[in-house]
Amino acid sequence: MSASSTIHVTATAAGRFGAYGGRYVPETLMAALEELEEAYALAQKDPAFQAELEDLLHNYCGRPTPLYFAKRLTEQLGGAKIYLKREDLLHTGAHKINNALGQGLLARRMGKQRIIAETGAGQHGVATATVCALLGLECVVYMGVEDMQRQELNVYRMRLLGAEVRGVSAGSATLKDAINEAMRDWVTNVRTTYYVLGSALGAHPYPTMVRDFHRVISREARAQMLEQEGKLPTAIVACVGGGSNAIGAFYEFLPDTDVELIGVEAGGRGTALGEHAARFQKIGGGVPGVLQGTYSYVLQNDAGQISSTHSVSAGLDYASVGPEHAMLHDSGRASYVSCSDDAALKATVTLSRTEGILPALESAHAVAEAIRLAPTMAKTDVLMVNLSGRGDKDMGILARELDLKGSERTKG
Amino acid sequence: MAIEFKKRPGIVAYLTAGDPDLATTRDIALAAIDNGADVIELGVPFSDPLADGPVIQRASERAVARGVRLTDVLELAKELRTARPAAGLVLFSYLNPVVRMGMKAFCARAAEAGVDGVLLTDMIVEEAREYLDEMQANRLAPIFLAAPTSPDARLKAIAAVSQGFVYAISRVGITGTQQQVAGDASGLVMRLRQFTKLPIAVGFGISNAEHVKAVSEFADAAIIGSALVALIEKTPAAEAASVIGQFIAGLST
Ligand SMILES: Cc1ncc(COP(=O)(O)O)c(C=O)c1O
Repeated sequence: MSASSTIHVTATAAGRFGAYGGRYVPETLMAALEELEEAYALAQKDPAFQAELEDLLHNYCGRPTPLYFAKRLTEQLGGAKIYLKREDLLHTGAHKINNALGQGLLARRMGKQRIIAETGAGQHGVATATVCALLGLECVVYMGVEDMQRQELNVYRMRLLGAEVRGVSAGSATLKDAINEAMRDWVTNVRTTYYVLGSALGAHPYPTMVRDFHRVISREARAQMLEQEGKLPTAIVACVGGGSNAIGAFYEFLPDTDVELIGVEAGGRGTALGEHAARFQKIGGGVPGVLQGTYSYVLQNDAGQISSTHSVSAGLDYASVGPEHAMLHDSGRASYVSCSDDAALKATVTLSRTEGILPALESAHAVAEAIRLAPTMAKTDVLMVNLSGRGDKDMGILARELDLKGSERTKG
Repeated sequence: MAIEFKKRPGIVAYLTAGDPDLATTRDIALAAIDNGADVIELGVPFSDPLADGPVIQRASERAVARGVRLTDVLELAKELRTARPAAGLVLFSYLNPVVRMGMKAFCARAAEAGVDGVLLTDMIVEEAREYLDEMQANRLAPIFLAAPTSPDARLKAIAAVSQGFVYAISRVGITGTQQQVAGDASGLVMRLRQFTKLPIAVGFGISNAEHVKAVSEFADAAIIGSALVALIEKTPAAEAASVIGQFIAGLST
C-alpha cells in the first residue's frame, strides 16, 4: 500500500496496535469512551469483579472448555495431530459469551440499565441477551435483515430471552450496517446506555477489552496442550471475522514465536471486491482505513467508499478487521489466509461425519484450513483449531446448500 | 474568502454534495449564498454515515450510488469558489475518503480548490496531529465538533485547535430535524465561550426560522442541514435552487 494511505500516529493517542487502532468517533461518544476506559481499568484491578467473572465463566458458562484430540480426523488426513479447542461447548454455543459476560458485568458495575449490541451470526446477540437476562438488564440488539433471515433461529432465541431485535435494512443489511445503527443508538442514548460490542473492533478501549475477555481461550489451551502433549502446538488456526475468537486463541501464544498463528478469513465465492471478506487478501483485498472507530485494513473502493462483502457465514461477513490483527499481519507474527464458502461447507460435513461435531459455519473456515494443512505437516506436528462455535444455528443454510434430503435418500 | 459571520445569527448551510446531482448541488449552493448563507458546508457522501440520521443517510446513499467521489466534491468546491469569491466554504467529510486520498494530498487539494475549512466527523482532537499539521501548512481552518457530553477539559482542547468557528452540537444524537432547539445547546455554548473567542455555530436539528431565532439568542450562527437535505429530496431538481434560496431567505426574517 502507498505511504499516503496511512495515518501517522500521535504520541498521545490511546489504544494503538502499531499504527492501527485508535479512536475515530463522533465527539459525542468521547466522554463515554473515556468513562468506559476508566471503569474497565478499575474493574480489571478489582478482585471482586474478577472473582464474579471467573465464577460465572465456570459455573454458568462451563469453562474451562475441553481441548479435544480429534483422532479420527487426524487419522483420515494422515498428517499433524489435530486438537480442537471446544468453545462450541460453552453456554449459548460460541466463544462470544466470554466477552458478553465480561462487558455485562462491567455495564452493571457502571450503573447502566440499558444494553445495546450488534450481531451478525446472532451468536453475540444471543450471548448478550443471555447475560442481560441473567443480570436483569434491558437489551436491544441490532441485526441486518439479511442476517435475520439466514440466522433466523438466533433471532427467536434472542426474543425468547427477552431482548428486542431491531432489523437494519441499510446498505447490505449485514454486520457492518448493524454496527452503524448500534452506534447511532449509542450516540443518541449515550448517557444511559452501554454498548456491548461483539468483536475485537471499534474505538479504544474495545479492541483491548474484548481481547482481554477472550484471552482465557489461549490461557487454558496453552496449559492443556502442555499437559496433554507435553509441548506447545506447531500451529494454531482460527477464523477471523472481527477477530475476537482468533485474538483470544492467539494471545497467550504470542511470545512463543515457534508457534505459528494462522487466521482464516472468509474467501466467499471469488477474489474480486464484493465477493469475499478477506481483508488481508493481496489483490482485491483491503487497505488501511477508518471504519467504525478504528484504523485497520478495510475493504473499500479507490474513492474510500466501503465495499460490500460476501460470505456464507454471517459472522465473517464484515469489511474491516480488528486492529490487533492488522498489526500481527504487518509484523508477520500471524499469517492470514482465506477459505471459500464451498470449502467451509465441505469442512462442516467432514467434521460432522468424522468426529460427530457440527461446527458453526464461521468455525468451519478454520476447520477447512486445518484439513488443507494437516496432510502437509509431519505426524509429530500438532495443529490446534479454535472451534469458536457450534453449527445448530446454520441448519437452515446447511439444509439448503448441502441438499441433505437428497443424500439421505441415496444412502438409504 | 474567509469564514465570517457579518450578521447575527450567521447561517451555515449543509448540503450533501451530489444529491440529486453535482450540477444541482452547485446551483443550490449559489442560491443559498445569494440568499444569505454565510458558509456552505459541502458534505462528502460516504457509504457508512454513522453520525447521520435517515435524511442525510438517504442523500448520501443516493450520491454514492451515482458514483460521486471526494475528487468530484473538490471540483465542485473550486467552481463555487470561482463563482462566489467571498463566500465561506467548508468541506464536511467522514475520515475514510480523506485517508484513502492521503491526508497530505487532501489538504493540498482542498486549499487549491479554495476551501476555507474542513470538518471531519470522526476525527477527534487526540488523533489530529497530522491533520492539524497539514491543515496549517495549507492555511486551512480545522473545525471541530463540540458535544453536550464533552467535559470542560475536552471543550478547552477543542477550542485550542479550532479555527474559523466551533461547531456546537445542539443535543446528543445523530443529525436530523427536531421540534425545538434542545435545552443542551445554550449550556454547551456558554461552557465553550469560556475557552474561545471564535464564532460558535449551533447545529443538529435546526430546521426553521424559529429555531434560528432561538439560536441567535446565545450563539453566533445556526447550521441548517437535514432540513435542507429533506427539502431537496422532495423537490424536483430543476426547482431545487430556487426553493432552497427562498427557504434560506426566510430563515433570518
Ligand atoms: C461461532 C463464531 N465464530 C466466529 C465469529 C466471528 O467473530 P470473531 O472474528 O470476532 O471471532 C462469530 C461471529 O458471529 C461466531 O458466531
